[in-house]
Amino acid sequence: MLDKNGIAKRIAKEVKDGYYVNLGIGIPTLVANFVRDDIEVEFQSENGVLGMGPFPFEGEEDADVINAGKQTITTLPGASFFDSATSFAMIRGKHVHLTILGAMEVAQNGDIANWKIPGKMVKGMGGAMDLVASADNIIVAMMHTNKKGESKLLKECSLPLTGVGCVTKIVTNLAVLEIKDNAFHLIERAPGVTVEEIKNATEGELIVNGDIPEMIL
Amino acid sequence: MINKKVNNVTEALKGVKSNMTFMLGGFGLSGIPENAIAELVKLNVRNVTCISNNAGVDDFGLGLLLQNKQIKKMISSYVGENDEFERQMLSGELEVELTPQGTLAEKCRAAQAGFPAFYTPAGFGTEVAEGKETREFDGKMYVLEPAFKADFAFVKAWKGDEAGNLIFKGTARNFNANMCGAAKITVAEVEELVPAGELDPNQIHIPGIFIQRIFQGNNYEKRIEQRTVRQRN
Repeated sequence: MLDKNGIAKRIAKEVKDGYYVNLGIGIPTLVANFVRDDIEVEFQSENGVLGMGPFPFEGEEDADVINAGKQTITTLPGASFFDSATSFAMIRGKHVHLTILGAMEVAQNGDIANWKIPGKMVKGMGGAMDLVASADNIIVAMMHTNKKGESKLLKECSLPLTGVGCVTKIVTNLAVLEIKDNAFHLIERAPGVTVEEIKNATEGELIVNGDIPEMIL
Repeated sequence: MINKKVNNVTEALKGVKSNMTFMLGGFGLSGIPENAIAELVKLNVRNVTCISNNAGVDDFGLGLLLQNKQIKKMISSYVGENDEFERQMLSGELEVELTPQGTLAEKCRAAQAGFPAFYTPAGFGTEVAEGKETREFDGKMYVLEPAFKADFAFVKAWKGDEAGNLIFKGTARNFNANMCGAAKITVAEVEELVPAGELDPNQIHIPGIFIQRIFQGNNYEKRIEQRTVRQRN
């Protein structure tokens, strides 16, 4: 079974040379730590920066240089700043190659819910609805089950949707899965996790074709 | 040179009244028009609608107007980090229209650019699209979103000149640039106001035509919401 860093490490393998990548808040942010050194990648943050670098050294924080999580950041050579409409032109216009974000629920038809729990949590969708409606290449990073142990991979989402039919790949603490033909297809198992355990943790329809390899991290 | 300079925040906010709709730039606390917000608190205008990506924190930014119960309605994309906001929203005192961030930016830009509305894929099939016109283009569904209409836009830039030309710094550009010229009157406050001719025309982010009033701001706190650092090795 993977921890959050393990999930990030596995997703980092999906990041290819020359990609512009938008990372959501939470596990997705960790992906930047595991991208190979020998490829060129630029991270976009939707508040208006491309070429995001690591956190600043203490004493060098700048209130005018933050990421979408409102954290102080730095920029790398080649970086640029821009306004919010231009930022979403990059996203809506499919210039960003890969979007990695978290989710509360994903359905077997690719629906995703991650912005609202009625009566409990209403923080807003931020840029998530624009991201999932526009990107062709979306990876969801999340735990396979919630804190109560209930599956987050469902037949249908129970929470208000962020987007419809948009998720194609999911990396959880248990597995890598693809969504097609209205089902979750098991692609890889996390180290030490059995197909049976993944079946038990998946409420939606799970397709298991042949031997499922263990992921290489 | 058409001079847009006014002497202070009081002159800049002349004509601001209760029941108006305001646009306020900024993302989180980065690039918020601190001087205009302080003046809105002082003027104690009531029942206002605020278009702003976020709602500040409890004791800073738009949180100051919320504490004072001056806001009737907020139009935002993300409103976490503010307990008073949550309390007013759950109790029904505050009306909230949550809007996807890219749609929010484009509704500003559309108002700036003279488009009455636009189609976007964001929110299709979700509660955001309820009651809105939808249309298919090339096999994909889109939602029709109208441009914003506002009385005042309050924006903050790094540098500006008397002609109203603006230069932003870092990610503080955000919604500020898109709100310029998107309301009946745009008020720009800047950290450094210089005479016309001192800024390089090649480096201007927003031309002065979009700005009606510009003033030299003061006492910027520029508060950091999430101070994240790494250790020196």
